[in-house]
Amino acid sequence: MEILKRVHAQNLVEWAKDKPEVVVLSADLTSSSEADLFRDTYPDRFYSCGIAEQNMLSIAGGMAREGLYPYVHTFAVFIYRRAYDQIAMSIAYPNLPVRMIGFLPGILTPGGATHQAIEDIAVMRALPNMTILETGDATDVESVLDVAQAVEGPVYVRMLRGEIPRLFDASEPMVFNRARVLSRGTDIALITSGICTEEAMRATNVLRERGVSIQHLHVTTLKPFTDPTVLEAAESAKYGVITMENHSIIGGLGTAVAEVMAEAGLGKRLVRIGIPDVFSHGASRQYLMKELGLDAAALVRKVEEVVGQPLGITEDDLAAVRLTAVHSDAKAEAL
Amino acid sequence: MSNQAKSLTWQDQVHRVARRIRMRVLEHTLNNNGGYLSQACSSAETLATLYLKVMNLGPSEAPMVPLPFPGVPGPGNKNYFTGAAYNGPRAPHLDRFYLSPAHYALVLYATLIEVGRMAPEGLAQFNQDGSSVEMIGAEHSPGMEVTSGSLAQALSQAIGVALARRLRGETGRTWVYLSDGEFQEGQTWEAMQFLSFYKLDSVGIYVDVNGQQCDGTTESVMSIEPLKARLEAFGARVFQVDGHDPDALAAPAELEPDGRPLVVLAYTDPCRGLDLLRERAPKLHYVRFKGPEEWQLYADELRKMQAEEGV
Repeated sequence: MEILKRVHAQNLVEWAKDKPEVVVLSADLTSSSEADLFRDTYPDRFYSCGIAEQNMLSIAGGMAREGLYPYVHTFAVFIYRRAYDQIAMSIAYPNLPVRMIGFLPGILTPGGATHQAIEDIAVMRALPNMTILETGDATDVESVLDVAQAVEGPVYVRMLRGEIPRLFDASEPMVFNRARVLSRGTDIALITSGICTEEAMRATNVLRERGVSIQHLHVTTLKPFTDPTVLEAAESAKYGVITMENHSIIGGLGTAVAEVMAEAGLGKRLVRIGIPDVFSHGASRQYLMKELGLDAAALVRKVEEVVGQPLGITEDDLAAVRLTAVHSDAKAEAL
Repeated sequence: MSNQAKSLTWQDQVHRVARRIRMRVLEHTLNNNGGYLSQACSSAETLATLYLKVMNLGPSEAPMVPLPFPGVPGPGNKNYFTGAAYNGPRAPHLDRFYLSPAHYALVLYATLIEVGRMAPEGLAQFNQDGSSVEMIGAEHSPGMEVTSGSLAQALSQAIGVALARRLRGETGRTWVYLSDGEFQEGQTWEAMQFLSFYKLDSVGIYVDVNGQQCDGTTESVMSIEPLKARLEAFGARVFQVDGHDPDALAAPAELEPDGRPLVVLAYTDPCRGLDLLRERAPKLHYVRFKGPEEWQLYADELRKMQAEEGV
């Protein structure tokens, strides 16, 4: 699997080249949110706001009123927790095209509870006019700016930084409100987002070998949540639906899927894998994913529960999986 | 404004408009048995000076009688409007105005009426269901452009507007009206440090330092003094003036901008022009009459004021 570095940093510079109305605001986390190349390339369009997120978000609203497209860059947690009222009243109420690029969502940061955005989707999903996008690989990161820019109102993006894998073919960009279909199957509908998709792909490779037929969707648009692909997958799943996300099980992807299923009157089992309504602490991504049950092994256990039989899959089996970039509707994986 | 009023000096016009703002807000408070009356007493001259002397605004482009509430902004609502059109057209050389303490909306509406930008009938829609003339003004309310009822957000939003205007090379200034209580909010100070850092001297701030807030006097709730020194320490160009003196209020705006954000601290009397209010001090934030007797006292006072004004 191809691993890329600082995808957003380079992509943002290239993408914004012919967009003079795009400005970037940062709150003292410019390199940490990969806005440093933009700052150095277009200094007149970059605003250092200091460690003052409330002012920064309201300023972004004011700029957007005047026809600019502010791309606010900082850690996800400091956007929605620190400046929620400002987002609500200076940006969301007037439906202004501010793009909030939130880095290190969920347990991606070793910074502990203060730095971990674990309920950001829940909070932002409840805000009228808000659109929420989440990236899961390099291709998502490269294409999310186009998706965000096409939205009329405000957009909150869960962004990846640093070394990130390319899970999806570079020629297949993220599409607004449309899940990527990573495999087709009829036993279980597996709906994943963000970094959990990579983890799930490790498990599905092995599960498939053991005869479990999985319809695997990678969701990038968390609000609106009206993609018919989700309900179709749930309807055709013999055993039930499993969601998997780098977020609290309350208010995120799992909740959104539950709402869609319940409103459609679909009486099927739903298992939500996510941060189990607890705060977390400072540790590595791998450690926390294991501790909180967000990893491939946790998914295997849940699949065993749902299909009602042990599958005999070991940690070694999962570690041996080598992922390659897939097309969104990969023929090879269909059982 | 009548021809007779037009022959007055601008200072006399400010005083005349200010008196009429107070009367109109008092009348409204009597009719509704409640209102933000002390805010009218403290801010009348400042708002009148801004509209008559300081701000370079074009004529109103909004209907004299405000349109009904157009529904909340959103992708499905193409009919949404803001109240900015009452402050004239948008043009590179013209000024903008942002009211931060949205509960001053009643005073702003009265001001718009007295300077000829809104019809008196418009005030009858105040706080009526389905009206845009809301009690806590929002961006669809006459004279308003941002939704600032959650205090301390308008200044930052105006900074965003002013930055965009600077990028476009516009010469018009961006005026923000603040209440002194907003200096208890951290965001106001974040905004002040930003203004200084970016030398955004196209932004001018007028503050109603009436020393009053919901719980009582600012001194008793959370002192903000020495406000001038604090703001100067943040790099602002600060003028502390008598908030009922039109000349003192207008003079700082005449100065050539020098890189520092301009702040005019208008020290005001929350009972100015209505001595009856002093009996209620220090609880002046929202006036609701205690009974028919008190109501009658204020009604008599209004009649006296109207007789003196000849209206």
